[in-house]
Amino acid sequence: MVPMRRWMNVFRSPLGLAATALTAVVLVLAVVAPILWTDDADATDTSNILAGPSGDHWAGTDNLGRDIFFRTLVATRLSVELALAATVIAVVAGLLLGTAAFLLGRRLGRVVTASINIAVAFPGILLALFFAVIFGVGATGAVLAIGLAGAPGFGRLTQTLVAGIESRDYIAAARVAGVGRVRILFRHVLPNIAEPLVVNTTISAGGALLAFAGLSFLGLGVQQPQYDWGRLLFDGISSIYVNPASALAPGTAVLLAGLAFNLFGESVAKALGVSVVGRLPVLPAMAATLDEDEAQVAATGHAAGELVLDVRDLEVTFPGPGGPVRPVRGVTFAVRRGEAVGVVGESGSGKSLTALAVSRLVGDPGRVDAARLELLGTDLRAGDDKAQRQFLGTSLAMVFQDPMTSFNPTQRMGRQLAEVATHHQGMDRRSALARAVDRLRAVRITEPERRAHQYPHEFSGGMRQRAMIGMGLMGSPALIIADEPTTALDVTVQQQVLDLLASIRAADDVALVLISHDVTVVGEVCDRVMVMYAGRIVEDLPAADLATGARHPYTRALVAAVPDMDTDLDAPLATIPGRPVDPSEVPAGCAYAARCPLASARCTTEEPALVTDGAGRRVACWHAGEAIDLVVPAPREEVEAS
Amino acid sequence: MSLASSVAPASPRVGVASHPWVRFGVRRLGRLLVSMWVLVTASFLMIHLIPGDPVRAALGPTAPASLVAAKRAEMGLDDPILVQYWHYLQHLFTGDLGTSIVSQLPVSEIVSQRLPATLQLALLAFVVAVLVAVPVGVLMGVLTRRGHGRRTELAFTTTSVVLGIIPDFLVGVGLVYVFGVHLGWLPVAGDDTPSAYVLPVLSLAIGPAAILSRIIRVEMVTVLEADFVRTARAKRLPARTVYLGHALPNALTASLTIGGLILGSMVAGTVLVENVFAWPGLGSTIVSSILNKDYQVVQAVVIVYGASVLVVNTLVDVALAVLDPRSMIRED
Repeated sequence: MVPMRRWMNVFRSPLGLAATALTAVVLVLAVVAPILWTDDADATDTSNILAGPSGDHWAGTDNLGRDIFFRTLVATRLSVELALAATVIAVVAGLLLGTAAFLLGRRLGRVVTASINIAVAFPGILLALFFAVIFGVGATGAVLAIGLAGAPGFGRLTQTLVAGIESRDYIAAARVAGVGRVRILFRHVLPNIAEPLVVNTTISAGGALLAFAGLSFLGLGVQQPQYDWGRLLFDGISSIYVNPASALAPGTAVLLAGLAFNLFGESVAKALGVSVVGRLPVLPAMAATLDEDEAQVAATGHAAGELVLDVRDLEVTFPGPGGPVRPVRGVTFAVRRGEAVGVVGESGSGKSLTALAVSRLVGDPGRVDAARLELLGTDLRAGDDKAQRQFLGTSLAMVFQDPMTSFNPTQRMGRQLAEVATHHQGMDRRSALARAVDRLRAVRITEPERRAHQYPHEFSGGMRQRAMIGMGLMGSPALIIADEPTTALDVTVQQQVLDLLASIRAADDVALVLISHDVTVVGEVCDRVMVMYAGRIVEDLPAADLATGARHPYTRALVAAVPDMDTDLDAPLATIPGRPVDPSEVPAGCAYAARCPLASARCTTEEPALVTDGAGRRVACWHAGEAIDLVVPAPREEVEAS
Repeated sequence: MSLASSVAPASPRVGVASHPWVRFGVRRLGRLLVSMWVLVTASFLMIHLIPGDPVRAALGPTAPASLVAAKRAEMGLDDPILVQYWHYLQHLFTGDLGTSIVSQLPVSEIVSQRLPATLQLALLAFVVAVLVAVPVGVLMGVLTRRGHGRRTELAFTTTSVVLGIIPDFLVGVGLVYVFGVHLGWLPVAGDDTPSAYVLPVLSLAIGPAAILSRIIRVEMVTVLEADFVRTARAKRLPARTVYLGHALPNALTASLTIGGLILGSMVAGTVLVENVFAWPGLGSTIVSSILNKDYQVVQAVVIVYGASVLVVNTLVDVALAVLDPRSMIRED
């Protein structure tokens, strides 16, 4: 029943509904019009030739005084018949061509493929004219011509579809079992590609109808005394000044019928292609207590050194099908000059979104709210004017996860770096490029002059990531935000990138926010680590304390999950039981409670606030620092605290 | 340092033969030549595949048998087919396309007289289509990104789908009626005045412009989600630079492929439009030649059409390689 329902989707859109209705009208007319109106269409009235539209003749008369309206209606049958005949030829010939590669085996198949590729390069009208010459002028010749002209296109489609199915396991299994190719084709391949083929056949029928009208219009198709729409148009265009309706009536008929078939086909394609959107879980009402005393608590960071970044109560909201979803729920932190802060958490914890929100890069339809969002004392929440762009473009550097996709593939590297200088530092192209070369050298790229003239794909992954850092150094950044900068890189190159970040930080006193799911990386590079869970910071502690001083059970679980030299390699890897929280259904109380070995009744009802101790560490847990017994919280591997 | 240079995929000195541009050029040229050969051979075979005697068909049933025989001998149709093929290729290379059996004029003369009008029409229409499609596509892409402007998207998609389906000759008929017959603003035949270009060019351009703008919109919407667009935004470039400098070139590489196909099909698409507007190009020639069974002319025009399509497709591939060097490698 599911396929039926998908077909019903055709009628959902107004266009699909109209196309279906119109197709039905055309088909009905094709059947009944010649039965009802042939006599009216053939009646000549020499006293009334080439007359304009009137009560008797709605579309006027032709040069023999015959009624054009009725002739147009009667012509429906021949037009549709010829179009369908041509379509059948195109589909059969196309199926033969398209499956030939599958049936004939590698070598012959390749020849067929090459031929199809050459044939489809030529426009259909040219192929149709070519075949029309061979088969001769007239309806039969035109049917063959249009049919064969459509064959290569259909062959290509079939071939693509077959190739998609061919690699499936069950085809391989059937082959191994010794089933013949023909049998596999009919049993396994064709049934699986039937749907797209049928859809495309419908569209082809529309195309054939229009093409046929074209050939008849050129005088190469249907010949008198027979007439299809194209022929009527051919006759009518010469008298368009005397009686415009003689051309417009058949023209409109072709247009409507062609559109009907085409749009019906496209609507079906769309209906079948679009998967039904499943019901998404309704978002539970947000706890109204989001602005806790967190903000005041965090203010303690202010005293110690000059603040580069100051974030209070940062929230990111996306509209969801069941109401707004908030993947970042009130994050407060500060970064001092030259400080390296790591942000860790599982995927979906909101750490990357926090970085994007801080750098004002959350795109539509996401919304960022914050009680304070300042970089070097400048409020970033204000608009997007030139001054602010210049400020951000030169004082904040971003490094993204995938250096492969983060550069514009169509521009030379040098230009992509230089752009920062031309836009924000008022440099001309030449000096901007010189600066770019200098920056490439600064991030230890050899032969920077030559490299600057290369495209991103000519760089290796590690070089690209260093170039990305170099791009951030075009200005004089006070803060580098690096979002999983080493995740996409080879292990051997990871260390280079981390070393580079560390040396830049040391040399220029640049602050670093390093986002990673890798506790080890963060522990190695950063001074301080913030642990995020379900869109909130759950712990904030010195990196040195990570191994032994973590107080939140989630942090402890993260640390314990890292294998070290003492890990028994035969034992299964430690994992945190349970799954991360879905941002659209954050539970009441502590979000981690369901996975936590220390969870008590209070944890499931009351959300713990992020509390700062005297040393400036922060933790949000009702049971912070309590010993974890070897209780098994879920039927999985247990998490052991050190 | 040493690690960096060993990691680098490209080394400064490579042999000429293995240079990616050379390899690309050779391969692309090879494909062009093979396609040309297929085209030429097919048009040679065309005459031989016609049932009956093409000369008899051309001269009509009343022509004396001696004339037909003399004409056959003159055209070399009595030679063995391979000899004919060889002569045919020889003549083709020297620019000799034969003589029209109807008008007795050299075919090369007919073609060179008629070709410019057709190329003018096709190129003008292509330029108009691109000039319309790029701004419309980009604007629609920006307006409908990330699920914005659902209604705009629906209206635009519906309009462009419908406009894209209507064949050019029907557009032509409609334009003739509205601007020629009804309003009387523009001439509907010939190419004598600049205003005579308007309707034929529009008829040819409207459909492709609709299709192209739809493709550019989709590409734009996709490219705007790309990581490098985020990088461009992270560089705090003005929106104009992000859209036109970074997103558009990448949206165009994919659109260009379709654009090339459209330009190719436009050259041949002129056939119908020329017949609507009595345009003095190859399109009117090929139709009248088919009807007159003037096969030498038909053969030549088919080759000219086919060759223009192949050349255009090759040029598009080269342009694509310049615009997006990765496309060169992808073909390996």
